[in-house]
Amino acid sequence: MKRMRLGVVLTAFLLSATTLSAAPAATPKAPSNDDCLGCHEDPSAKRADGSSLFVDKKVFAESVHGAAGASCVDCHTDLAKTADFPHPEKLAKPDCSGCHAQQVEDYGKSWHAAARAKSPTSKAAWCSDCHGSHDIKPSKDPASRTNHFNLPATCMRCHGDPKVFPRAGGADGSEPMSFHDSIHGKALEKSGLKVAPNCATCHGYHEIRSPKRDPKSTVARIHVPSTCGSCHSKILDEYATSIHGEQLAKGNESVPVCSDCHSAHAISGTPEVRRLAILKQCGSCHDSSLKSYRDTYHGQVSELGFAAVATCADCHTAHEIHPAGDVRSSVGPAKRLATCQRCHPGAGPKFAKYDPHANPHDKGRSGILWFTALFMKYLLIGVFAFFGVHTALWFPRSVKARREANRRGGNGDAR
Amino acid sequence: MKDHGTAAPAGGAYVRRFDDLDRRLHIVLMTSFLGLAFTGLPLLFSERKWAKALSNLVGGFRAAGGLHRVFAIVMVIVFLVHLSRMMKRLFLDKDTTILWGPGSMVPQPRDLSEMLGHIRWFVGLGERPRFDRFTYWEKFDYWAVFWGMGIIGGSGFVLWFPKFWSRFLPGDWFNVALLVHGEEALLATVFIFTIHFFNGHLRPEKFPMDTVIFTGVLPLDEVKHERPAEYERLIAEGRVAEIAAPAPTPAEFRRGRIIGTIAVCVGLLLASLTIYALLS
Repeated sequence: MKRMRLGVVLTAFLLSATTLSAAPAATPKAPSNDDCLGCHEDPSAKRADGSSLFVDKKVFAESVHGAAGASCVDCHTDLAKTADFPHPEKLAKPDCSGCHAQQVEDYGKSWHAAARAKSPTSKAAWCSDCHGSHDIKPSKDPASRTNHFNLPATCMRCHGDPKVFPRAGGADGSEPMSFHDSIHGKALEKSGLKVAPNCATCHGYHEIRSPKRDPKSTVARIHVPSTCGSCHSKILDEYATSIHGEQLAKGNESVPVCSDCHSAHAISGTPEVRRLAILKQCGSCHDSSLKSYRDTYHGQVSELGFAAVATCADCHTAHEIHPAGDVRSSVGPAKRLATCQRCHPGAGPKFAKYDPHANPHDKGRSGILWFTALFMKYLLIGVFAFFGVHTALWFPRSVKARREANRRGGNGDAR
Repeated sequence: MKDHGTAAPAGGAYVRRFDDLDRRLHIVLMTSFLGLAFTGLPLLFSERKWAKALSNLVGGFRAAGGLHRVFAIVMVIVFLVHLSRMMKRLFLDKDTTILWGPGSMVPQPRDLSEMLGHIRWFVGLGERPRFDRFTYWEKFDYWAVFWGMGIIGGSGFVLWFPKFWSRFLPGDWFNVALLVHGEEALLATVFIFTIHFFNGHLRPEKFPMDTVIFTGVLPLDEVKHERPAEYERLIAEGRVAEIAAPAPTPAEFRRGRIIGTIAVCVGLLLASLTIYALLS
């Protein structure tokens, strides 16, 4: 029944189009919203491919555009000059720039826009993918897709799906879904803190650039500290004056930035895990320091999986890392004792002369340790070499002795 | 088949080698040694899965550290009891035989010649030396404990109270203490779990167990064959009757074998884990 009606409408359209093409073009009056809704209000109305063309009058009326009295042709501009209805199925994509010029310009610089420009089949987000279409609500509306608290769920529709966004399948803390369990995600979604960041706080709103491919991205390696520092400003001050921060400012991107230790999305508030994980992080560059640390009690206990002993940042601090010769260094002569005393209250100045990265093979670092290590090495080799040979020679002779004793039925060792 | 030195007690005369206190000291020493190894080795091989498992088995590194210190105190007590007995014999009983001669643990020229003779016997170049009461390898084991007590015990107490000791010692002595504590522990455990076990228990003539340290007595016949010099001395001095002892009951004998076997098995397990970790 419905289908028949649609068929009639389409036939009428084709006929009128043929007739009109011959007639001179007049300037028709733009259709009113009610004109449009005459067809689109019908929930059962469908396009040729069976998809619905229904527009809910009430939903549109409650949307930001509906409430502002916008008409359909404000967005669907190609219908403003059309008098012939029904109109062709394929319309131009609404161009939001007519009203939202700045936002569309910003979007044009984004990786989303670049990906769409590159491939027509790209699934990269377009205005309506994030904002919706006839139901767009202002961001301050709690029901809006782009409301501060709802934005992660909106982004995750694509970025939580490995089929759309391959990195979503990772498990190294860079996968976007881990945001939900992060300290940021919990503050936003569980505690409802408006100061908690959502995706856009770090990545931007419309001008979302690729951190890997675009050095202008707010989360490109070189910009990560300043982005995080927009909230964590005191930490940024500390980091910026540290050896790592100074090197980054010089363009050395091999130094650690925030996300190397804290991860990009899984940013955790549990220090136990982070304090053990940091060993691997720091050790990925400072491998000889990690090795010498492993020879100490601190290093052995942490290797067993217990975080109750000092790991890197406990002595070197997390953000204010300076070379040991620098007066600001937590392990330099000026602050070293105070650093030890944080865990060893009452420790004296000689206590702080203990070398937590001792190297027994480095004669210059500690002569007595070098000598002791050498002595122990030869003591062990000497003892085991002598008794190894002793035992190896004794064993066959002992077998023989036992056989002889057994054969004799005697009760003593063979002579 | 005669299972020399290992089967149920044979008939015939028995003599006492170790008194009751010595036997008990050995059991406590052995237990505390195994305890120290169990709670200490995981730190030395912390990168190994078995070390993490062992560490969790004893209740984490804090519990392991606590037990390690308890075992250390027990071992020090054993050591001090033994020392005080020696002091008493020397100064109160005026027994100078512990300083020199066949009844002494002090290394003497004959130990060197017996060692060389023993090695010649291994390769078929001579007779077995006519050992007396204490052989050179027994003396080595004995003094190794003294050396170990000094080195491991001393460094252990430095590491136990670093704040106190750092008032007197320079900082890098703690690095030295940590190094020697670990290296010497490695030497002591691997030595005891391989060489001492072989000499005392696992060599074919003794296998699977020499129970003399657990029962305190051994057949006079065994003295005659293994330690002929001591046997002849006992006969010449007419002291056999003086040290004669009743044969161990089957229950005593069994108990010795069970305790010894458990200790040997635990030790061999730790030694295999250690050696595997060192070689791989």
